Amino acid sequence: MTTLGAATPSDTVSLGTGDARRELLQVMGVEAVGPYSLVRVERGGLEPGIPGQFFMLEAPGRILPRPMSLCLAPAGELAFLVDAVGPGTRALCSLRRGDAIHVFGPLGNGFDLAVERPLLVAGGIGIAPMPYLADRLGGAPALVGFRTAQQAEAASLLPRADVVLEPRLVTELIPEDPGSVLACGPEPMLVALRELVPTAQLAWEAPMACGYGACYGCVVEIEGRLQRLCVAGPVLSS
Amino acid sequence: MSVPILNASGCLDALVAPDVAETLDAFVTKTVTPLPREGNPPPRIAETELGMLNSIGLQNPGIDAFLDEHLPKLAELAVPLWVSIGGFSASDYAELCARLDERDEIATVELNLSCPNVEEAPEASAELVAAAREQTKKPLYAKLSPATWNIAETARAVADAGADGLSLVNTIRGLSLDPQTLAPTLARGAGGYSGPALRPIALQCVYACSGAVELPIVGMGGVTSGSDALALVAAGASAVALGTVLFAEPAAAPRIRRELAEAATARGYGSAADLRSNANESSSPAGVSTI
Repeated sequence: MTTLGAATPSDTVSLGTGDARRELLQVMGVEAVGPYSLVRVERGGLEPGIPGQFFMLEAPGRILPRPMSLCLAPAGELAFLVDAVGPGTRALCSLRRGDAIHVFGPLGNGFDLAVERPLLVAGGIGIAPMPYLADRLGGAPALVGFRTAQQAEAASLLPRADVVLEPRLVTELIPEDPGSVLACGPEPMLVALRELVPTAQLAWEAPMACGYGACYGCVVEIEGRLQRLCVAGPVLSS
Repeated sequence: MSVPILNASGCLDALVAPDVAETLDAFVTKTVTPLPREGNPPPRIAETELGMLNSIGLQNPGIDAFLDEHLPKLAELAVPLWVSIGGFSASDYAELCARLDERDEIATVELNLSCPNVEEAPEASAELVAAAREQTKKPLYAKLSPATWNIAETARAVADAGADGLSLVNTIRGLSLDPQTLAPTLARGAGGYSGPALRPIALQCVYACSGAVELPIVGMGGVTSGSDALALVAAGASAVALGTVLFAEPAAAPRIRRELAEAATARGYGSAADLRSNANESSSPAGVSTI
């Protein structure tokens, strides 16, 4: 299932954030996790990268690939948690075992893992990078907020998660001395967290066409200037 | 001899992805303007069924920072350099060309004549080219918008004004609405439409201009395969540039180069260049190394 032209051999691109590879990878399976889908692909020659980095996933039938942070990295696989909110993510969630898609990554800057007393904070589909992050941090505790009980089923991917449902918000549960906060979620949550915990590492989101600095489509205001999130982020220190 | 493959201006950052730039026969910079520009507010991109819209807004560091900081690094890459420039008046183009003329690292200057606020009437394009021509001996390529009533007339006007080649085509203005809110998807409303939907439009512009002028043409617009590139060559392009395809596939150039050679051979041409000489007589673009 190639969007653009015929299948190409694997290739490596050296970027400022490290080497990224693009390969045609077999889909191992797509599993429902609450309302979300866990899209599992073979790992091929791709590195899983640092938690918070992302991959561009070919969305069959679409012009542009979609940026997804890595959710889980079991041996020989890469797994992405996808919320079917538009035509690209619906195409990804409709993949079946045996299909093949191009995957390019890892891209961007991930979380700084050299932290004391990590606390993971996520909202909604922002839980996506947390299982791999928790794993790399040796099983860090997490606070995760969702709108619905069905969405909260995704907390099963995180062994040490405390779950809250709206109208309660994760920001209400941040302890007085939270340690090192590493967070991903909707923009209002990240903005609120930035106020509460100025040292937090926050993973932001923006629509991206390329993921490697080519299109200038994903700019966000960072330190008073519009900068490409794919190059400067997606994880930023607040 | 093969058909040179370039990137479309604004579709690759050679300093972030030098490997990708070096797969090209020439690298074309993002458009540089006299002063720094922060560009448009996000969201800036939207995918459509057959292409994508962008409203980047010519984000660039301005000519001073470009010459001092970016150009020395770009010059280290193993690829000839084309610099795209844009402005809002003939004097802007003249000033930019005067600055670039002194720099030997630059092979070719591409004039982005499709800026907002710049009249796109044939005589206006010619005026900008004439102003640029007075300030530089470097090869000048005029990049034209497809949204003009008679692109062949514009091509004749810019040829008479001293352009050495044409880059055809820039994006065409389009709009997409959020399916839920029915508000424009892009913060600025309209954007430049690119991708496969642009292909027949680009083909027609190349065909019309190659019949009107003797200038070499860099053809671009929705090229995703060797067959697409071959069609542009058959219509009169002497080089092909890649845009939107590079967003999805950074290594598209080597694949398309290979497919183009195969597609030409399969049709009985020794090379894509044979097909081109069959299609029209224009020469290879200056500033592009040909094999």
